Amino acid sequence: MRWTVVIVCVALFALITVMGFTAARWRRGDLTLLHEWGLGGRRFGTFIAWFLIGGDLYTAYTFIAIPALVYGAGAIGFFAVPYTILIYPILYIVFPRLWAVCHRHGYITTADFVRGRFGNGWLALAVAVTGIVATMPYIALQLVGIQVVIGAMGVGGHGLLHDLPLIIAFVILAAFTYTSGLRAPAMIAVVKDILIYIAVIAAVIVVPIELGGYGKIFAAVPAAKLILAPPKGPTMGLYSAYATLALGSALALFLYPHSTTGILSARNGGVIRRNAAMLPAYSFLLGLLALLGFMAVAAGVAKNPEFAEGFKQYGPSFSVPALFLAAFPGWFAGIAFAAIAIGALVPAAIMSIATANLFTRNIYKEFIKPACSESEETEMAKLISLIVKLGALFFVIFLPLTYAVQLQLLGGIWIIQTLPAVMIALYTRFLNGWALLIGWICGMASGTWMAATLHFKGSIYAIHLFGTAFPGYAALWSLVINIVVSFALSVVFNAVASDRHKDTTAAEDYA
Amino acid sequence: MTMPASPPGRRSRTSFLRLLLLLPFVAMLWVSSYNSLTPTLGGIPFYYWYQLLWVVIAAVLTVVVYRFER
Repeated sequence: MRWTVVIVCVALFALITVMGFTAARWRRGDLTLLHEWGLGGRRFGTFIAWFLIGGDLYTAYTFIAIPALVYGAGAIGFFAVPYTILIYPILYIVFPRLWAVCHRHGYITTADFVRGRFGNGWLALAVAVTGIVATMPYIALQLVGIQVVIGAMGVGGHGLLHDLPLIIAFVILAAFTYTSGLRAPAMIAVVKDILIYIAVIAAVIVVPIELGGYGKIFAAVPAAKLILAPPKGPTMGLYSAYATLALGSALALFLYPHSTTGILSARNGGVIRRNAAMLPAYSFLLGLLALLGFMAVAAGVAKNPEFAEGFKQYGPSFSVPALFLAAFPGWFAGIAFAAIAIGALVPAAIMSIATANLFTRNIYKEFIKPACSESEETEMAKLISLIVKLGALFFVIFLPLTYAVQLQLLGGIWIIQTLPAVMIALYTRFLNGWALLIGWICGMASGTWMAATLHFKGSIYAIHLFGTAFPGYAALWSLVINIVVSFALSVVFNAVASDRHKDTTAAEDYA
Repeated sequence: MTMPASPPGRRSRTSFLRLLLLLPFVAMLWVSSYNSLTPTLGGIPFYYWYQLLWVVIAAVLTVVVYRFER
């Protein structure tokens, strides 16, 4: 057991626990209303939104998995940088429109918007279910971030004792999310992000000094890992794979329920636009963090017998925690680990809230109990947020980790299938609700099929056009199928029986 | 629940400058343009510092568009 690390971590955890519960009284609102509990009353300004959305999008899993990918596979892992560059033009252009229409009509979820735009409960159900199913494994993966850190602290034990720290962290998370709603992660995100910035900036300055400069670090990495292998023969090879991974991930990101929850909690569209310019600070941080993967290679942490147990248990995910332990005194490693563990709680809280909002609004109220009152609605959402988290905890403790990783990979392919009904629908009502539903089915089926042919181990599927192979992100290819089907069938359906009269939104609602 | 329309004058104007926001897409999706070890910058291969530089460029472009539209 590394005691200094543990003590610093526990102290910081105690601090954010107190904050999580006091958050209920921050910018006080009537927490029996769903938009107060589940969207923080739509009151967050530029500054808080920056911390909240930053803490929401750049999750603990990202902070562990991206450097681990760079550590293990090299240059391809850097796709996280173009990916997180491309999300912001999309955020700037598209999402103030979504915010405006949701604010005008009191929509809490994207499925609410789809319901209002198309008057089609089944299409809204498809969007809601996709969101819930794509988010569940994502929550589970946040727990993996906590597990790695607990392992790095040298907290051992077997059976239930082994999982006890994780269970305690999750009970705390569940309790303050239940009482404070979205205000809790918003407040905690401030602390967590400051810790993360301190840890990463210190690492990218101190570690290169200890290792003799960036030149020496990159010289220690095999040259083949430093750039993408140029394609040979009639294929676009890694180039199309890298580009489509970045583009597809970027298009999918803001369709995830936790992203839209973060965006809809903003005070106005200007807050979102300003954040599209300010949030790239996190992308830069993520890029630096990815380089820590190479620093771990150069520092030779894998050969250090002290870390053998950690690598055996967690694989490349252990590279960055090991680097911090090797390069810094215990108390500073404690700060970094606390940042990662708390960094898991923020998105996990927002994800469970977002899932709860979807279930309550678009399944419970739509299909099970349409007459429920506003406070009943909120009670249901709070209950669901607990169930969702218990499910994630159960998943991590009792099922192999590979299931969560594979499901999260599928989740990306699935969530992008809601793009036509959400993002394209913000601009045009040409599309027909039923056509969109059939397009969604085609996208889901083809995307899942592509992943199945890869045995759910990867998401790069090669398509062949004019004698050239284009290996690319299956999410993007299946989205193309979805869009083509949606538009083609809309032409037919609009001619036979248009559903445009069901649109309850007006053009001026979007500005 | 219907909210009142936002007050006139607060509504942002959209502009042709938004086309600038296409530049990050062109630069980042054109992978062969930056898949190179050289020139290095402070020991960091081109591939890495160039993509990090685009984080900054894209953010600046967004600021430019925002300031104009406000």
